[in-house]
Amino acid sequence: MLEHTDPSQVQLTKDGELKHFITTEHLSREMLTEILDTADSFVDLGAKQVKKVPLLRGKTVVNLFFEASTRTLSTFELAAKRLSADVLNLNISTSSTSKGETLKDTLMTLHAMHSDMFVVRHSSSGAAHFIAEHVTPDVAVINAGDGRHAHPTQAMLDMLTIRQAKGAFAPLSVAIVGDILHSRVARSQIHALRTLGVEDIRVIAPNTLLPRHIESLGVKVYTDMQQGIKDVDVVMMLRLQKERMNSALLPSESEFYKLYGLTMDKLALAKPDAVVMHPGPINRGVEIASSVADCDRSLILDQVTNGIAVRMAVMSMAMSGQTKSRSDLNGTEV
Amino acid sequence: MNIHIKGGRLIDPANQIDSLTDLFISNGRIASVGSAPDNFIVDQVIDASNKIVCPGLIDMCAHAREPGPAQKGSIRTESMAAVAGGITTMVTPPTTSPIVDSPAVAKLIKDRCIEAGKITIHPMGALTKALEGEQLAPMHALASSGCIAFTNSRQAVANSLVLTRCLEYAATHDLLVIFQAQDASLAQGGCMHDDSTCTRLGLNGIPESAETVEVARGLLLTEQTGVRAHFGQLSCERSVRMITEAQERGLPVTADVSIQNLLLTDENVNGFNNNFHLIPPLRSQLDRAGLIQGLLGGTIQAICSDHQPHESAAKEAPFADTEPGMIGLETLLSLSLWLVDQEMLDLPQLIEKLTLAPATILGLDEGNLAVGRTADICIFDPEEEWTLTPESSHSRGKNTPFMGHPLKGRVTNTLHQGHIVYSAT
Repeated sequence: MLEHTDPSQVQLTKDGELKHFITTEHLSREMLTEILDTADSFVDLGAKQVKKVPLLRGKTVVNLFFEASTRTLSTFELAAKRLSADVLNLNISTSSTSKGETLKDTLMTLHAMHSDMFVVRHSSSGAAHFIAEHVTPDVAVINAGDGRHAHPTQAMLDMLTIRQAKGAFAPLSVAIVGDILHSRVARSQIHALRTLGVEDIRVIAPNTLLPRHIESLGVKVYTDMQQGIKDVDVVMMLRLQKERMNSALLPSESEFYKLYGLTMDKLALAKPDAVVMHPGPINRGVEIASSVADCDRSLILDQVTNGIAVRMAVMSMAMSGQTKSRSDLNGTEV
Repeated sequence: MNIHIKGGRLIDPANQIDSLTDLFISNGRIASVGSAPDNFIVDQVIDASNKIVCPGLIDMCAHAREPGPAQKGSIRTESMAAVAGGITTMVTPPTTSPIVDSPAVAKLIKDRCIEAGKITIHPMGALTKALEGEQLAPMHALASSGCIAFTNSRQAVANSLVLTRCLEYAATHDLLVIFQAQDASLAQGGCMHDDSTCTRLGLNGIPESAETVEVARGLLLTEQTGVRAHFGQLSCERSVRMITEAQERGLPVTADVSIQNLLLTDENVNGFNNNFHLIPPLRSQLDRAGLIQGLLGGTIQAICSDHQPHESAAKEAPFADTEPGMIGLETLLSLSLWLVDQEMLDLPQLIEKLTLAPATILGLDEGNLAVGRTADICIFDPEEEWTLTPESSHSRGKNTPFMGHPLKGRVTNTLHQGHIVYSAT
């Protein structure tokens, strides 16, 4: 009776350019490839003497973290600085909201300070979408993780890492292992992998950590890790939050490790050249064995390096799209 | 005051009337149908040509928010919204602040309702004190102060023995118990139907079992205790099937459904539109079809608005952080007419589900336009197209996805106890 909107449309200009980056879902393969290609061009920059490019010079980027984070925040900060932006980091979980200020009021206040980009992490699914659609549509919003919904920059840095290691996406078998239920990373990875052409995407978890009808996202479900990991090219592990033990989802860390932890024995079932990834921070001995995390097939540190390049790519692309869309708007006013 | 309602199509399901005929009102009651009574001196004529004249609608579940946060609504504002939607009687849940678990609160609601002077409000009383599910609320005293039924709202009594005692006590005094079935632990933290849309959006789901487990327990304990029971605002096809089976076994239970659960599904949540954050949640296409089937087949007797007004700030946050519910008093009739438009029901059948059926469940005299009955009347133009806007809506809440959406069928006059309490401008 009422039509519903495609949530991903919020992030595109009328010409189909990126103006926010909220989810990997429904973005075209061309758009995802453009992000990866742009990121590739930034990868080598980190190794140079002068690490800066002037793409965001004069722009103000606000990192708004309503949820604690170390690595995501620091890579976003580095990415913005390498693009020559002025950067403000705000850890909101310890300031305004504890004084009762609403998310909308916080955002409107920062908007009044003429910020150009918000990098937002929030514990509620849809938070970045809400800000981009209803609060500050004229500020580029980059989703740094919203609830269980999406973590698109993490997914794209994973895609870049896979592309560097494997070349083409289409022939790959990829397994995502662990707490799928609570994982925004897994959801964004699944959308990106599908769009980039991976046909064999598997999720491996006990039923208590699988969201309902996850197969509707185009994945095969395995509850047995031995079966699920067989002959895959890429194993993407997820972090298991310690608090899951307290909410009757799992009996114990040791039982989870025994059944779903990535050990050398289990990795031996994958293809001989299979690579291992993890969004970090890793729980050694809970979801991954130290011997695996530190082996030469582990790409965990490459992911961190690629994280800066991917974030530079989406920040520069979104700022460019946002600037064009703003000047289009101003043009119609004249 | 003597009123002559002239030239309308009178639909009065209680008396099997559906004909072009006049209605005469005197001293707040129906004086005559067809021709004027002897010595009837008309004070006012309402021209109802090309309009439907029917009993005022009876809404089995609508929140007026009083006593409670005034920014969400008051009995005065929500009464105004009710009459603009042709509703003359509404039943309000006990989840006010303070909760309706003492006669004083029930009396306050009745008094405020009389002050507002637009409609009749029958509060539901709490089944347990503070809705905490531990001690019985003073049901007999609450009933004496005007509570028409008892519910623990969407906070199902966790302890089955306490629930059994509540039902036994209600049965002792022949009181109606309404299950707004939701198991608290299964629904915990949830904000939408647990299915593929929920999975994609990464929201916390409310599984069907949150409702069906409580419906099953409610049916079994109803049978054991012999209480009069009603199931309000069903959302699951499976609940309908269980209630049908119980009715077929001879258990005299009744049910209602909100119009939104008959029209919308969980797919509407795509795009994180906060106006679709509802409890009970919008469910699957299968559930919606099951609810419609339940309504057509007679398992579900009544349609309600489940009106829940909120201030704008309550809806301005990420989806799960917003407060659930939508307004519905002013759109109940127009949206329900969709069922007639789709030829699922004819007009008298629909009107029965909005008037006589809820009156019968609640044991009210209203919903009936026989001579001598209270003149609670709704007059509407079934063809008029209109749009609800924030400026034109009377409810203090503006939270509905139907805001700005073209609607068909508009109330032109509402009479409560023989007084014209609403006339469309």
